[in-house]
Amino acid sequence: MNLRHTFLTGLRGLLGHRLRSILTTLGILFGVAAVICTVGIGQASSDQVNAQIAALGTNLLTITPGSTSAGGIFGGAGSASTLTMADANGLADKANAPDIQAVAPVVQARETMVSSATNWSTTVSGSTAAWLVANARTMLAGSFFTAQDVTDHAQKIVLGSTTATDLGVAVGDSVTVGKVPFTVAGILNTVGGQGFQNGDDLGVVPITTAQDLLTGGSPNSVQRILVSSTSSSTIGSAYQEADQLLMVTHGVTSAAGADFTIQAQSSFLSTAQSVTTTLTILLASVAAISLLVGGIGVMNIMLVSVTERTGEIGLRKALGATPGDLLRQFLIEAASLSIIGGLLGIGAALLAGRLIPHFTTIGVTITATPVLIAVGVAAATGLVFGVYPAARAARLAPIEALRSK
Amino acid sequence: MGEVLRLDNVSKIYGSGDAEVRALDGVSLTVNEGDFVAVVGPSGSGKSTLMNILGCLDVPTSGRYLFAGEDVSRMDAYALARIRNRRIGFVFQQFQLLNDLSAWRNVELPLLYRSARDRKGTALTVLEQVGLANRVGHRPNQLSGGQQQRVAIARALVTDPDLVLADEPTGNLDSGSSRDILAILRQLNEAGRTVILITHDPNVAAVAKRVVHTSDGRIAEAVQ
Repeated sequence: MNLRHTFLTGLRGLLGHRLRSILTTLGILFGVAAVICTVGIGQASSDQVNAQIAALGTNLLTITPGSTSAGGIFGGAGSASTLTMADANGLADKANAPDIQAVAPVVQARETMVSSATNWSTTVSGSTAAWLVANARTMLAGSFFTAQDVTDHAQKIVLGSTTATDLGVAVGDSVTVGKVPFTVAGILNTVGGQGFQNGDDLGVVPITTAQDLLTGGSPNSVQRILVSSTSSSTIGSAYQEADQLLMVTHGVTSAAGADFTIQAQSSFLSTAQSVTTTLTILLASVAAISLLVGGIGVMNIMLVSVTERTGEIGLRKALGATPGDLLRQFLIEAASLSIIGGLLGIGAALLAGRLIPHFTTIGVTITATPVLIAVGVAAATGLVFGVYPAARAARLAPIEALRSK
Repeated sequence: MGEVLRLDNVSKIYGSGDAEVRALDGVSLTVNEGDFVAVVGPSGSGKSTLMNILGCLDVPTSGRYLFAGEDVSRMDAYALARIRNRRIGFVFQQFQLLNDLSAWRNVELPLLYRSARDRKGTALTVLEQVGLANRVGHRPNQLSGGQQQRVAIARALVTDPDLVLADEPTGNLDSGSSRDILAILRQLNEAGRTVILITHDPNVAAVAKRVVHTSDGRIAEAVQ
């Protein structure tokens, strides 16, 4: 029997039992839809994490003083104040560190800000004009303070959008930080959460002003230095350059003796990403099991079909159907159930992909790969689980099959 | 006259040990071209087993079965399917028509398994021969029992087989329809077709030229 007729015969078998075929198809439909949706949800949250990393700046390195083992004595990072303005200036030298784009030394203090309307407690950083570039931030309103402002010890402050809203201030207004009056020079664009800290709730003032009036301490020492590389691909070489340069200026000869720590800001977010990946795999596995259950449903219904149609199978054998003809006929029936279920499953997944974000906060990003894999798996499921019933049909002795009627 | 089939000391044994049943016990039979043979016997006499072997639906445990000169007794499932498709036309007691197919689609079935050309034309010609030219598009459940059996006979003839093997073809029919069906079988034989008719009813067997009686797995031919 040629393939076209085998196919038509198989299809006719399915249409002969419409309700049963539809119910079996549902099993595959939900399996495929579940796989596509869970992978889509995983993809969406992974995209979100990636967006957060991008917002944070994958180019950003944070240098903090001290090391877990400095001079054989165990201390925490930041336990010694060994970073200086000279270090920052050295790193900013393009001749020594070509892959470093911007260097921003930072001093930091927790301060209470008071506006005419209310007060608000947040982190205030003192830094240089390079802070904006190093953190890959942009301005919502006003402008960032300039190098001249740093030299002048200007009492200017740049606020995060949340801080500005909560204080109820705009560019040009005055806020008091630790009893010192500052003028709001600019407001930063929103970036959202950046790992442990809220990037929208902060204040930045010229580092000189901060050292004079807020944090105190030596005008030469800084708490940390932010370094951004020229691009995300040069972060490795920027790291090397910063490391080498500081080792030399600090007179450190071995990595173990380093009195500073360089950390890529994106490292802890990659942890978040791997958590997302694990969750996606977990969810997709559950979905895959439902696809498997759907496959077993196909096998079940095909076995019923073979048992019910022993008469037809016997007749076809008597009329000259070979075991191969019957095997193909029943395999096509099983595969059709799965493929139709798979295609409807894609439709259901696309629909769910629109509805879920509409009614919940969960994002769904459906990409081609899981769709193709799910349908491929569905078709394979139909074939695998169709083999046993089909082989049973092919093996039936024609006489027994004929007598069953 | 050519020989269509020959059984040489054929036995068929089901089960083993104490449960062993000799359904056929050393049967020899020759059927020639143009023969009309009736196999008569009560149930349990080995009649059905004989039909299964003659129809290449089953293979003998021992002995030799030659069909159109080919030894089919040791053929595999694929070769047997080919013999059934090309050389044998079956007519069954319960008609065995597929209910979701029209009459001509049912008749077409054996041709599908040999990928023949102009299947519809061939099917319609044979349906006309059995007097159903005006019923070709009807489903089996829209036809009477006699008409259904005529569709089944058309299906048996559509491949122009060497042998028509009818197993209790009148078993499910009223007496009027039975007479029609037997008349068709006789006409076929008169036109040169080799027919084997299996029945428990001696009155039905009377239409045949030769009558073979089965009893306890053996056969005996009555001379007419």
